[in-house]
Amino acid sequence: MKPRTLYEKLWDSHVVADLGGADAAGGEALLYIDRHIVHEVSSPQSFVALRARGRRLRRPETHLAVADHAIPTRQRGTIDDPLAASQIAELEANVREFAVPYAALDGPEQGIVHVIGPETGFTLPGTTIVCGDSHTTTHGAFGALAFGIGASEQSTVMAAQALRQTRARTMKVELVGTRHPLVFAKDIALALIARIGANGAVGHAVEYAGPAVSAMAMAERMTLCNMTIEAGSRIGLVAPDETTYAFIRGRRLAPQGELFARACAYWDTLRSDPGAAYDRHVTIDLAEIEPQVSWGTSPNQTLPVSARVPDPAQITEPSQRREAEKALAYMGLTPGAPLLGTPVSHVFIGSCTNGRIEDLRAAAAIALGRKVAPGVRAIVVPGSMATRAAAEREGLDRILIEAGFEWRFSGCSMCVAMNDDRLSPQDRCASTSNRNFEGRQGAGGRTHLMSPAMAAAAAIAGHIADAREYVA
Amino acid sequence: MTSLTPFTTVTGHAAAMPEENIDTDIIFPARFLLLTARDGLGRHAFHDRRYHPDGTEVAGYVLNAEPFRAPAVIVAGANFGSGSSREQAVWALQGLGVRAVIAPALGEIFHNNCLRNGIVPIILPPATVAAMLEAAAAGAPFTVDLEGQTVTAGKADPVPFAIAPERRLALLNGWDETDLVLARFEGAIAAFEAGQRRIQPWLYPEDTTA
Repeated sequence: MKPRTLYEKLWDSHVVADLGGADAAGGEALLYIDRHIVHEVSSPQSFVALRARGRRLRRPETHLAVADHAIPTRQRGTIDDPLAASQIAELEANVREFAVPYAALDGPEQGIVHVIGPETGFTLPGTTIVCGDSHTTTHGAFGALAFGIGASEQSTVMAAQALRQTRARTMKVELVGTRHPLVFAKDIALALIARIGANGAVGHAVEYAGPAVSAMAMAERMTLCNMTIEAGSRIGLVAPDETTYAFIRGRRLAPQGELFARACAYWDTLRSDPGAAYDRHVTIDLAEIEPQVSWGTSPNQTLPVSARVPDPAQITEPSQRREAEKALAYMGLTPGAPLLGTPVSHVFIGSCTNGRIEDLRAAAAIALGRKVAPGVRAIVVPGSMATRAAAEREGLDRILIEAGFEWRFSGCSMCVAMNDDRLSPQDRCASTSNRNFEGRQGAGGRTHLMSPAMAAAAAIAGHIADAREYVA
Repeated sequence: MTSLTPFTTVTGHAAAMPEENIDTDIIFPARFLLLTARDGLGRHAFHDRRYHPDGTEVAGYVLNAEPFRAPAVIVAGANFGSGSSREQAVWALQGLGVRAVIAPALGEIFHNNCLRNGIVPIILPPATVAAMLEAAAAGAPFTVDLEGQTVTAGKADPVPFAIAPERRLALLNGWDETDLVLARFEGAIAAFEAGQRRIQPWLYPEDTTA
């Protein structure tokens, strides 16, 4: 048999029916969908569509619902925004009516969809996982074929447990070399996107491999896969291994006992075969990567922290020059100025990209014994209530609060700015989130993407700073 | 099984958006996602480009001048519709009257969301799109012929475009995808489940918790 990649094995093992139409990308198939995560913002219209046709969920146990996008993070128990309150009430009514398992807003398993999937053991290798959220790429870190879909597609998954998909080409991103201890998966992801472009991976399933990936904990693998959508690909993958299994073992929804051993044996077969061919290869030498900071309004507009703001006059390619001019005008930056020292008014540490315990530890390590600069508003929003509780057991909350950070309840918060955590026009934010789009953190707000250590360093300095200078 | 407006041929003005990476946050800002209806979203399309914070129109923005206030087509730079999966971006375009989107590359989730809502996503080479951007800005009428799989800008020759055959058929007939899948494949889905249950029984919690 022809050697196959992880992606091809995942695809082949979920084909319900070949739908032909083979174009350059390999045609369409009806894929079986094993798992679906549901949140309050993208699902209301999916349930409306089900109800309108008198349909039920084919397998309610394969869904997991939670409210994360629109919820407040200052408190639990009350929701001040009436629109958000009604959206969450609608989710709760829907999960009751359709018998969908629900991680209650005030319960211990609430959190961001892409944080609680792995934490509860809902996310498993070898599965197809969908969610009405583009960062569903995150779950690919477990060797799952996981991708974001729209509300109409969600409705189809609910009723049929299957979805028409186009087969992707494959891209292998190999991470080699040794990185500086203050260079994180976030920096690697941003450097990759800067190199290949915001649509550099469109039409491809990206598999991350190489010794540096094997050595990564699940949190960093999730950050890599999470950011894959910012390169235009819906699918990021890491092959499952012992690190994966150790993470999953004992989680509430994971297979237990003898079944877990059987599952691991199956998951072992998913790794790409030796000699499997990829359509594209990219190699990144981690020794060459510095901490990264985005300067523009697309994630590919990213540079090493030691760099200067680009000068559009020196960009020869016309469309790139126009994009740079537009971005700099929005961002209020001066061509040629150093990124280091750019003053920030806000710092946001959290999101499905960087809201896990490892991220909070990295931020706390910088914050320990220091103070947030005067005039900077810095908030830390754990990715889930379980992460928040774990951080509190370690005393990270005390370190961060002592330094002047606000310690919040979990949610998407200032990554999507649907609640009251948002920037005002011209506020400038050092953010661990995933998108520096215009208005993403609030209309007129300016976002600089970076790692949690870099964001914490910016909070302390009051301006963009190099986290490497904040460790002994 | 018909539930969408069947798409045959659409003719109308095209709004030119000669800019890369027009993401779904630009098309439909997140704060409007608190609305749970899918009708009436056209007024929020491109909201922060179309309107000043005080609600007045931004002069010179393409959608704020005739004949582009309700364009049948949008022609855009690469990566239009990238970013968030929000289908509201497509519903908002639908609300404006848009029936086709042309660009050198489209956000993949947005691409699929278009197909689910009777909007034809058309990917063409950058040079072709560049010429169409100029034609659109000059007010040339665009015709999208899905039957013939061509798009024509003004007096230029028709340009062929690719689309998966089953997707084309569904758009031409206005079929509802869920109905289609259930009608054609319910047996195949059940057969798949029976096979998967044997190989990966841990994926069937209902077998043990029921």
